[in-house]
Amino acid sequence: MDIFLSQVLNGLQLGSIYALVALGYTMVYGIILLLNFAHGDIIMVGAYVSWLVMAQLGLNPVLAILLSIVACTLMGVIIDKVAYAPLRNAPRLSILITAIGVSYFLENGAQLVFGADPKVVPAFTDISTINLGGLALSFPAVVTVLVTIVATVALTLLVQKSKLGKAMRAVSEDMGAARLMGINVNSTISFTFAVGSALAGIGAVLYAMAYTQASPTMGMMLGTKAFVAAVLGGIGSIPGAVVGGLIVGFAEMIVTWLGLSVWKDAVVFLLLIIVLIVRPTGIFGRTMSEKV
Amino acid sequence: MEEEIMTDKRPIISTGGRGGASGSKKTLPMPVRYAINAVLVLLVLVVGELMIDGGAITRYQSTVLEQVGVYIILAVSLNIATGYLGQLPLGHAGFMSVGAYGCAIFVMRMAEVLGVGARDFTTGTPLTVLLVIGGLLVGGLCAAVAGIIIGIPALRLKGDYLAIITLAFAEIIRVVMLNIDSVLGFKLTGGAKGLTGIPGYSSFLLVFACVAIVCFLIHTMMKSRHGRAILAIRDNEIAAEATGVNTTYYKTLAFVASAFFAGMAGGLYAGCIGVLQPAYFGFMKSIEILVMVVLGGMGSMLGSALSATVLTILPEALRAFSEYRMIAYAIVLILVMIFRPQGLLGSYDFSLSRIIERVMNRDFPWKKKDDAPADAAKGEEVSADV
Amino acid sequence: MFENVSRRQFVTGSAAAALALGLVGCGGNNGGDSAGDDAATSIKVGIMGPHSGDNAQYGLACLNGAQLYFDQLNADGGINGKEIETFVYDEKGDATEAVNAYNSLVQNDGVTGIVGDVTTIPSIAVAQASVADNMPCVTPSATAADVVTYGTNTFRACVTDPVQGVVMADFASKQGYKNVATLYKTGDDYNEGVNKAFCEEAESLGITITTQESYSDGDVDFNTQITNILATNPDAILLPNYYNEDGMIVTQARQQGYDKVFLGVDGWSGIYGGSENYADAADLHDCYYCCAFSASNESDVTKQFIADYEAAYDETPTNFCALGYDAAMVLAAGLTAAEEAGLEAGSEDYKQAVIDGIFASTVDGVTGSISYEDNGDPVKSSLIITFAEDGSEVTFDTIEA
Repeated sequence: MDIFLSQVLNGLQLGSIYALVALGYTMVYGIILLLNFAHGDIIMVGAYVSWLVMAQLGLNPVLAILLSIVACTLMGVIIDKVAYAPLRNAPRLSILITAIGVSYFLENGAQLVFGADPKVVPAFTDISTINLGGLALSFPAVVTVLVTIVATVALTLLVQKSKLGKAMRAVSEDMGAARLMGINVNSTISFTFAVGSALAGIGAVLYAMAYTQASPTMGMMLGTKAFVAAVLGGIGSIPGAVVGGLIVGFAEMIVTWLGLSVWKDAVVFLLLIIVLIVRPTGIFGRTMSEKV
Repeated sequence: MEEEIMTDKRPIISTGGRGGASGSKKTLPMPVRYAINAVLVLLVLVVGELMIDGGAITRYQSTVLEQVGVYIILAVSLNIATGYLGQLPLGHAGFMSVGAYGCAIFVMRMAEVLGVGARDFTTGTPLTVLLVIGGLLVGGLCAAVAGIIIGIPALRLKGDYLAIITLAFAEIIRVVMLNIDSVLGFKLTGGAKGLTGIPGYSSFLLVFACVAIVCFLIHTMMKSRHGRAILAIRDNEIAAEATGVNTTYYKTLAFVASAFFAGMAGGLYAGCIGVLQPAYFGFMKSIEILVMVVLGGMGSMLGSALSATVLTILPEALRAFSEYRMIAYAIVLILVMIFRPQGLLGSYDFSLSRIIERVMNRDFPWKKKDDAPADAAKGEEVSADV
Repeated sequence: MFENVSRRQFVTGSAAAALALGLVGCGGNNGGDSAGDDAATSIKVGIMGPHSGDNAQYGLACLNGAQLYFDQLNADGGINGKEIETFVYDEKGDATEAVNAYNSLVQNDGVTGIVGDVTTIPSIAVAQASVADNMPCVTPSATAADVVTYGTNTFRACVTDPVQGVVMADFASKQGYKNVATLYKTGDDYNEGVNKAFCEEAESLGITITTQESYSDGDVDFNTQITNILATNPDAILLPNYYNEDGMIVTQARQQGYDKVFLGVDGWSGIYGGSENYADAADLHDCYYCCAFSASNESDVTKQFIADYEAAYDETPTNFCALGYDAAMVLAAGLTAAEEAGLEAGSEDYKQAVIDGIFASTVDGVTGSISYEDNGDPVKSSLIITFAEDGSEVTFDTIEA
């Protein structure tokens, strides 16, 4: 029974990080139909900022957490303004290629600046294990799960209750009509990027806490799998992203538990392919008919 | 011997080509056009081969040239799916790897059965030539089968979803290549160790003969009714379907053709390097090929070939540049998309015949505009541009 | 249709530019062809490896080590009065680039021996390409068994993966561990090779392998595998991987409450005290790994090497630096033999003499004494390294070959 509980926690931890990243994908895709390939790399930037602040400057972990989130938020907005905004009305193919270019730029830029060797982010706290009735739980795992729950609830409230959330939903529904209604479309999109990237920043901190290392290519696989999670749940849907993230996390955990870790990536991608063929809109997604 | 097949083929296909040209303008008959191009291709091959034999091109340079050829094939084949069909597959390296492994395993196994030594491949006997051509076809077919398996589900989706699903398939191919040995229990791909001891059968002559054949085949395909159907799908899929184009069929056709040629390029790559490992054919390799197509111009074979050439030679020529190569690729991608989304050459294709016809008609670009010909035969692509 | 002048000129212009660029590129390299003329005053040696990209740290370390040895040799008057001239090529850890670099070294620079390649797959590509030339190559660090099997011209300065696995299994048996689990990376010859050799040797010594868990390249979450392993309650866990991943695994395992032994091989070198600390000093208790070189070794040769290296590069040498240094030493021993025989540089006899010279000599390197018996695999000793409380390395034992 101990193993079972530990493995469930492992799956939850993995799934929570995927869910946080998937939320960012889902928000950006929901509003401008852009698969933001660079989203995973924003997490990489956040992890490096944590490393810079703590290992290089020797500052307080709390400051590192705040600075990482701020840096990711700024990064997201800047990327949107510089690379995506000029292409708002361009063909989808062009924007997609640009997104790949941005992702590639961040990865190789980080490699040039920091080197290919991974950097170690110091521990945020000295606590590494929590004892719960004789069961040794990993502290980062518990924190990750809790933070993800809080972040999801906060995001749902933001989108459903606040004025800006209403604007976001309107722009995502029909950009032209939203503009006519007096909604500032550009600042709404920027705000969406900011929120999505802030979530990526939180993800970066949790990632750095659990896996302690920052490397230039760490965002690629993480980003791709989180995208899979977002598609699984139904892109554009907040509960969908969380459920999708947990499915991916649990799928990986179960495959690894069975001793088939080699096929882990293949299983996740196979899952994606099956979902796209059977139900292209995902679990919580809405069908959209194509306009000529 | 490949050249002979080509010269034979060209006139045959040309009879199906366009009919009489407009009015009083002097034009070249199709057979003559094909003959001119075939002669030029032959000339390039012969001169290149003589220079290698004579030692004017060192082995280092000829190895680099072979890689240039491989990348040209990869770029023009991806161009079918990206430039002509208007989709964005991110798994081209996956097809390349299927072809590379297929070809290398076929050649190695058959060489063992037929008792051909590794040395014979460098000297070249009729048997090895047949074996290598067979291997390239096998590699291409393996990749084409992979293309069908991937294409049928993937092409139901479009845009971002297609990109991500092809990326996913390429990753699955990589994982399978890595682990299939331990599942099957016998030696096929060599797994993580890589496939080693592949005979070095690729030569300048073979690679560029393949480049010429591939360019020729793609060119004729795109000039045919099938090609026009593919272009129609790119321009507006719904409209194409409404006018009776079987979109599923033609999308799959373009996708599979793209995979087939990528597989051939993979086979040539295997013979050029002698070692294959699954990690080489990752996402990064797919992006590298994509950069070549995007930079050169989506829909321009000349553009793809030129940028493949430049982007392969540049890191070799300027070793200092190679450190910044990847970041330069990224910046190029973004800038091209923002400022010139159609790529440097757009959909322009070089045509030698068109130039000759202009000379015949004394219609030079510096003359005034009004008497320009209505439409000289457009896009007689010459593979001699390499 | 685009009929205007600028377009046409643009296209022909860019085509011409591309062609010119290609010619310049080829021409630029052509210049090296004539470099063979002044061979009388210098011996040309190539050094290749990944100096950029993912494996750059290994390639650069080997390069620094090899360059240091040749510089010292030149300061002592070179070989036979001739100075060693080195040609350095970066192959970015890519087999294609490695073959290009090899061809360029041989044809454009006219080298008579090569230190390289560094990592396994590019090394195999180079080994295959170099058989036809019978070019003497000494790889500092390519550990896969295949590397030296293509011809007699390739040697290595390090021991193979299986040898390391056997060394650690013998060590585990000596320490009295009864149940050992392993966690290794799949998709990599190095990790799989060590793991297989370790398990075979351990089982023949009566150790129970409780479970063999694995992961793939790029994985960062090992919790599921660790939970599986801890369920089998082992005395020790073998981690035959590179330091960055081993660091993560050790950290995550300690977080899950595991406080027993970890075993490793030379990939662990640099886990603590190098450019980064990949695990906490507090978590590195009871960790043992085998290695050819450690800065903690008290022998005179090692101390001298560390002093020289620090003077030259202002950093502490790693395992790879020492192997690069020794590989250069092995090649120099062969070159000395050929030079003393008075053969013409670059001739077939000269290359064969270098190869024979390497077989004939025993080199006292910083990673132990190296000799070759019937193939390019060295016969040499290994060190067992452990960690002090502050994380610094301590030499625990020396295991003779």
